[in-house]
Amino acid sequence: MQPDTDPPIAEFRATTKMFGEVGAARDLNLSIRKGEFLSFLGPSGCGKTTALRMLAGFEAPTSGDVLIDGERVNDLPAHRRPVNMVFQHYALFPHLDVTDNISYGLRQRRPRPAAAEVAQAVEQALETVRLPGYGRRRIWEMSGGQQQRVALARAIINQPKILLLDEPMAALDRKLRRDMQIELQSLQRSLGITFILVTHDQEEALSMSDRICIMRAGRIVQIGSPRELYDRPNSRYVADFVGKSNFFAGTVSRVEATGTALAVAGGLRIIGTAAPGLAPGQTASASLRPEQISLAHGTTTADGTTCVPVRVVNRIFLGEHTEYLVQHDDLGAFLVLVPRQAEASEGSFEPGEPAFAIWRDGTALILPEDA
Amino acid sequence: MQARHRTALFLLPAGAWFVTMLVLPLVVVLVFSFGERGEAGGYSPAFVLDNYFNLPARWTAFQNTLTLAPVGTLACLLIAYPLAYFLAVRASEKWRTLLLVLVIVPFWTSILIRSYAWIFILGGQGIPALISAMGLGDIKLINTPFAVLTGIVYGYLPLMVFPIYVSLERLDKRLLEASADLGSPPWRSFLQVTLPLSMPGVATGCMLVFILLMGEFLIPAILGGGKVFFVGNALVDLFLQSRNWAFGSAVAVALVVIMLVTVTAYMRLTSRWAGGRDDLSLM
Ligand SMILES: Nc1ncnc2c1ncn2[C@@H]1O[C@H](COP(=O)(O)OP(=O)(O)OP(=O)(O)O)[C@@H](O)[C@H]1O
Ligand SMILES: [Mg+2]
Repeated sequence: MQPDTDPPIAEFRATTKMFGEVGAARDLNLSIRKGEFLSFLGPSGCGKTTALRMLAGFEAPTSGDVLIDGERVNDLPAHRRPVNMVFQHYALFPHLDVTDNISYGLRQRRPRPAAAEVAQAVEQALETVRLPGYGRRRIWEMSGGQQQRVALARAIINQPKILLLDEPMAALDRKLRRDMQIELQSLQRSLGITFILVTHDQEEALSMSDRICIMRAGRIVQIGSPRELYDRPNSRYVADFVGKSNFFAGTVSRVEATGTALAVAGGLRIIGTAAPGLAPGQTASASLRPEQISLAHGTTTADGTTCVPVRVVNRIFLGEHTEYLVQHDDLGAFLVLVPRQAEASEGSFEPGEPAFAIWRDGTALILPEDA
Repeated sequence: MQARHRTALFLLPAGAWFVTMLVLPLVVVLVFSFGERGEAGGYSPAFVLDNYFNLPARWTAFQNTLTLAPVGTLACLLIAYPLAYFLAVRASEKWRTLLLVLVIVPFWTSILIRSYAWIFILGGQGIPALISAMGLGDIKLINTPFAVLTGIVYGYLPLMVFPIYVSLERLDKRLLEASADLGSPPWRSFLQVTLPLSMPGVATGCMLVFILLMGEFLIPAILGGGKVFFVGNALVDLFLQSRNWAFGSAVAVALVVIMLVTVTAYMRLTSRWAGGRDDLSLM
């Protein structure tokens, strides 16, 4: 990935797309860095595909600009743009075999490249997506996973400046999807092409991307690396979307450099780091990740910790961790993730048993309520 | 065993229909074609090849049929394709239904009446009068091959439009986006994606129109005025006027053979285009 200072490979500048009254994308502002793996993440209908289609040239922005490689491309038709797309359902040409599908892009070039050159490029592309020898197969003779590789080969053979992927793995089963994710990621590294992936699978976005752009109702809510989004979400929406989290609603009672206190139900106070702009008296939510909370059989009075009595409701074994659902009289139900060794030293907790939930003060995030 | 018996039982009605409606008449015609004309017309049993040796006497009818059927099919295709394309791809939802209905409306009246209407349009008082009034010289349209061709295109256009319309309508629009995405301008996407993928519709339409045209007799009778006649007209004449059933049968057998040969060749050709794909097969 290039450093921040280099010119971006693509940009949205105050880009808005309206479909009649529906604002599919609103006031998008985003710089895409050369060579990065960027994901658009968000629930269904939030405008991810629309954003991608504006880059591909299938939709023109209603207002604002789309730039590719420094050039304003609002009115550049799709066939003249240096980007390629892997479609959600692949959109492979049913009347052409695998080779002719893959070579389609090269064959559109004028002047036409030599046949031998095209054939060699196809061979190499098939090699890259690990389908050597499948060239003369018909599309409907290929499995879903193989078709997806053909779609990938058909796009990367053109060496686009940006590869756009619209939920390319949505139709694959879980295991195959995992394999393809790893392959895509290593392919992106070796090709050095900028990848923009649209997905509503947070795990997929977290595991593959250099940066994630979280969208909600046509707007970008937060952009950052997976770690930034996980550790410092700027809203309850993001914290909820990226990983699991417990939320406790309350009122901001004190804002200090050392920590912000949120008064929650039952006279409890949760101390945490506040998002900028929070003032005392405002309503907000404290976000505590399940792994930030621990469980104990006995209470503790250690400094800088909060300990509340709970009752164990449910237990889910996850291998390295065990996830407990616990109930507190005032805070309600929340999740606690207990690592295996902690369980080994503390003993396990049976549903119905009383226990104590403990977290270190300051670890919570105090987030404004979503608008 | 059980299952096989049951299958046979289910196939019985279809089989009976096939035998009585298709095979039996053909056998009768075949037998008749080797017979002789009866004293008072009709058929009298015999086994001679005279009827087949006499076929050249109807050469003009075969010639007309074998030129105007393919030319008519081609003319229908050339007019129907753009029309179907417009309906399926360009027309807005609102207009599409209305226009489709307009394509069918002529079917609501008999082809006989509609063809008579063309007599007026192409006859002395119609277009030729208009042209000579404009001082562009005298032309004759009615009772010419052109008149028959016009009638054919007019009558058979809907049969060509619908299969093509269906195949264009079914075309996945995302394939055109993929084509554009891969650098193909719209007109080349049409040639490389739309056209090949609409070939099943084209093949079906051509087949339908061609087969029906080979047996056509109404349009040539009305608009050809006895000057441009088809094999169908020859059959009408032989069976109803001169009552030579034996010779008529030989002509009919010849027509069936010609049709079988051309249709088989045509199917071979189109299935080669389709690359043996199931969903690209004819109907
Ligand atoms: N061609 C269109 N005409 C009208 N409305 C559209 C069109 N395309 C998208 N929309 C609307 O724009 C909004 C965003 O759609 P978009 O396809 O970008 O969502 P998405 O985030 O990709 O969702 P999904 O995850 O379900 O694919 C939706 O409300 C959708 O209904
Ligand atoms: Mg989408």
